[in-house]
Amino acid sequence: MTEPISKEALRTDEWTINMGPHHPSTHGVLRLELTTDGEIVSKARPSLGYLHRGLEKIGERVAWAQFMPFTDRLDYLAGMNCNCAYAWAVEKLAGIEIPERAEWIRVLVCELNRISSHLVAWGSFCADMGAFTPLLYGIREREWVNDLFEMVCGQRLTYNYARIGGVSHDLPPGFLEKTKEFCDYFEPLIDEYNRLITYNKILVHRLKNIGVISARDAIEWGLSGPNLRGSGFAYDIRRAEPYSVYPKLDFNVVVGHADRGTLGDCFDRYLVRIDEMRESVKIVRQVIDRIPDGPVMAKVPRVFKPPAGECYFRAESPRGETGFYLISDGGTNAYRLKIRTGSYMAMNIFEKISKGVMISDIVALIGSFDIILPETDR
Amino acid sequence: MKTLSAQEIFEKLKGKFGDGVVSLQTESVNPPFAVVPPGSIQEVCRFLKEDPDLLFDYLVCISGVDHKDKFAVAYHVYSTEHRHRIGVKAMLPHDNPVIPTVDVVWKAAIYLERETYDLMGIVFEGSCDPNRILLPDDWEGHPLRKDYIYPEQYHGIKI
Amino acid sequence: MSQGPAKRKPIKSNIFDVVPAPAEIPQNVLQKNFERVRACKGGEGIIEVGIADLFINWCRKNSLWYLYYATACCGIELMQGGASKYDFDRFGAVFRATPRQADMLMTAGTITHKMAERVQRIYAQMPEPKYVIAIGACTITGGPFYKDSYSVVKGVDLILPKVDVYVPGCPPRPEAWIEGIRNLQNLIMKTKNYGLKKA
Repeated sequence: MTEPISKEALRTDEWTINMGPHHPSTHGVLRLELTTDGEIVSKARPSLGYLHRGLEKIGERVAWAQFMPFTDRLDYLAGMNCNCAYAWAVEKLAGIEIPERAEWIRVLVCELNRISSHLVAWGSFCADMGAFTPLLYGIREREWVNDLFEMVCGQRLTYNYARIGGVSHDLPPGFLEKTKEFCDYFEPLIDEYNRLITYNKILVHRLKNIGVISARDAIEWGLSGPNLRGSGFAYDIRRAEPYSVYPKLDFNVVVGHADRGTLGDCFDRYLVRIDEMRESVKIVRQVIDRIPDGPVMAKVPRVFKPPAGECYFRAESPRGETGFYLISDGGTNAYRLKIRTGSYMAMNIFEKISKGVMISDIVALIGSFDIILPETDR
Repeated sequence: MKTLSAQEIFEKLKGKFGDGVVSLQTESVNPPFAVVPPGSIQEVCRFLKEDPDLLFDYLVCISGVDHKDKFAVAYHVYSTEHRHRIGVKAMLPHDNPVIPTVDVVWKAAIYLERETYDLMGIVFEGSCDPNRILLPDDWEGHPLRKDYIYPEQYHGIKI
Repeated sequence: MSQGPAKRKPIKSNIFDVVPAPAEIPQNVLQKNFERVRACKGGEGIIEVGIADLFINWCRKNSLWYLYYATACCGIELMQGGASKYDFDRFGAVFRATPRQADMLMTAGTITHKMAERVQRIYAQMPEPKYVIAIGACTITGGPFYKDSYSVVKGVDLILPKVDVYVPGCPPRPEAWIEGIRNLQNLIMKTKNYGLKKA
C-alpha cells in the first residue's frame, strides 16, 4: 500500500517562459514574459521596443511635409488613415482650409483602408485560432483594395497619398466605378465570412468569456477604437469629436453587445470589426454618390512654415485613436512631434487581463486587440 | 451632459485651488492648457477626474517637451461623459526633471509615463513601473532630448 | 541519350546495363544531365546516374522553405505573397513557423538594435544549408531611417555573416520577391561540392 501523497509533494513550480519576439502569432515582434503555473498564466508582462525606430525624433529632424512617408510606416496596415491624420493635424496647426473634394477623397480612402485593415485583422486572428482559410479569404479581398490604391497613388502598402493642403493626385478616371464594383462584390461577402467562421462552435468557445474588459476599465486604461467599443461603450472619434466631412455622413457606431459570452470579451471585439466593415462600405457608397468636383490641393507654400503654436489632433484609425501632438516654433521642422496610438494603450491593459488565462488564450487576447507593433513601438 | 469651455474649466480649477494653478495658456494652442506647478499635479488631476461637472475620465496622452532651458509635461484629458477636453501642463527644471506620478489617478498613465521617462528622461516619482520600455535597458541617454548625441555604436554594431 | 553524360566516359559495369532513357518519359532538367541505367543484368529497376551536385542542388532549390519571420511593413507583403494571388508555393517556398525547419530567411522589415541579437540567434538556429534574402530598403541599408534614426541597424549584412540576394523596394512588390527567389535558385544551382568547403 502506498502512502497518500502530501499536498506539499504536489506543489507545482512557477515557470518563466519567453514568448517572442519572433513568434508566429504575436503579430510582429512583441515579446511576452509569461510566468506560468502549469498551463495557467499567472503573469504576462509585455516587453516592447523591438521595432522602435525613433519616429518622433525623425519628425523633429525632417521638414513638415517630409514626415508624410514615415506615417505610412507608423501603421502599415492602415497607411491612408495615418497619412490623413497627420495631414489633418498639420492643417489644424497651421489653419489651412483644404478643398472640399480633397476632404471627401480622404474619407473615401480612409474607409477603404479601414476595410482592408480589418480584413487582415480578421484573417490573422482566425489563423491564430487555428483556421487558416479565413486569412486566404481576407487577403483575396485585400488585394482588390490594394489594386484600387495602386490606381490612386501607385503603391500597394505605403501610400504617401495625403499632402499638407489636400491629396497628391485627383482620383483617376474609372476609380469611382471600380470602387462601387468592389462594394457590390464585397458586401455579400461579409455574410459569407459569418457563415464560414464567425459562429463556428470552436471559434466561439475559444473566444467567449476570455479577456473580459468592462467599459469602465477600458476607459480607465485608455483603450480606444474597436477595443473600447467591444466593451459596449459607443465612443467613436468620428462621432464624438467630428472632423472632416464625417458629420455629413450617415453611419452607426458599432458596439459589442455580449453576443455569445460576457460583454467585453474577445468575441465582442471580434464582432465589432466584422460589423465595422459593413459600416465602412456604407460610408464608401455615400462618398461615391456625393463627392463634389473641384481642386484637390490648397495653395500651400513650397517652404512650409506653420505659425508657432501647439495642437493636438486625433482621428479614428482602425486600431483606435491616432493622435498627433504637434509643437511648432515657426520653423521648417516640427519642434516636437508626439504620436499617440491605439495599440500602445492596448498593451497597457494586457498585463491586467491576462492573469489566470491559459497559454493558448494569450494568443486569442493578442489577436483580439489587433495590435500592430510599429504602432506600439513607433 | 454639459460641455464646458476651457475658460469655464479653468475657473473651476481656480476656484478650487486658488494659487495652486498658475495660468491658462490659450494663445495659438488647441486645446488650451492649464499650467500648474509640478507639486500639485496629482491633486489637480484627481479633482479633474472626480468633480461631477468635469469628469475627465479619459487620459488621452502624456507628452514630454524639451524647451532647452526647462522641460514641460503635457497631459491631454477628455471627458467621455461631458465631451469636453483640456490640457494640463507642468514646467520642470532642466537639471532635475522630477514630477509626481498620475498613475494613481488614471491607469492609462502607466505606459505613457514609462515612455516619457524612456525617451525624454523625466522621472515620475512614485510610479508603479519606473523602467525603460522602448529602448534596451542598457541604452545610454534619452533620445528625444534636444542635446542628445547619437552614440557611435551599440553592442559592437555601428549606428 | 542526353548530351551531358555522353561527353563523359561511358559507364561500364558488370552489374549495370547502360541503356538510353525510354522515349515515352518526357525530358526534364534532371534527365538532360543524367543517364538511366538498368539495375542488375536483366533489368528490374532504373537508376539515374549523374553528377550528385546537380541532383542535390536541384532538390534544394525547389524546396526553399522560408521562415515566417516579419518585423515590419514587408511582413504584410510576405503574407500577401504567400497567399493565393502571388503564391510563393509555386516555387517551392512555403512558410515554416520555426527556424529549425527553415532553409531561407527573408528578412522582412526594419531591424533595430534591440532586435539585432534575436535575428542573429534565429539565423544560428537554422540548419545548414541556409540562405538569406535581404528584403526591402530597411534591411539593405536602413532605408528611410538611414540618416535620422538612432535605433535602426543600417543593413542586415552588418549582423549576419552572408546575404545571398538583395531585393530593393519599400516594400518590394510580391513580383520582386519572386524574382529574388528565382535568383536565389539560380545561385543554388551553381553550388559545387555539396556546398561544403573542400577539406
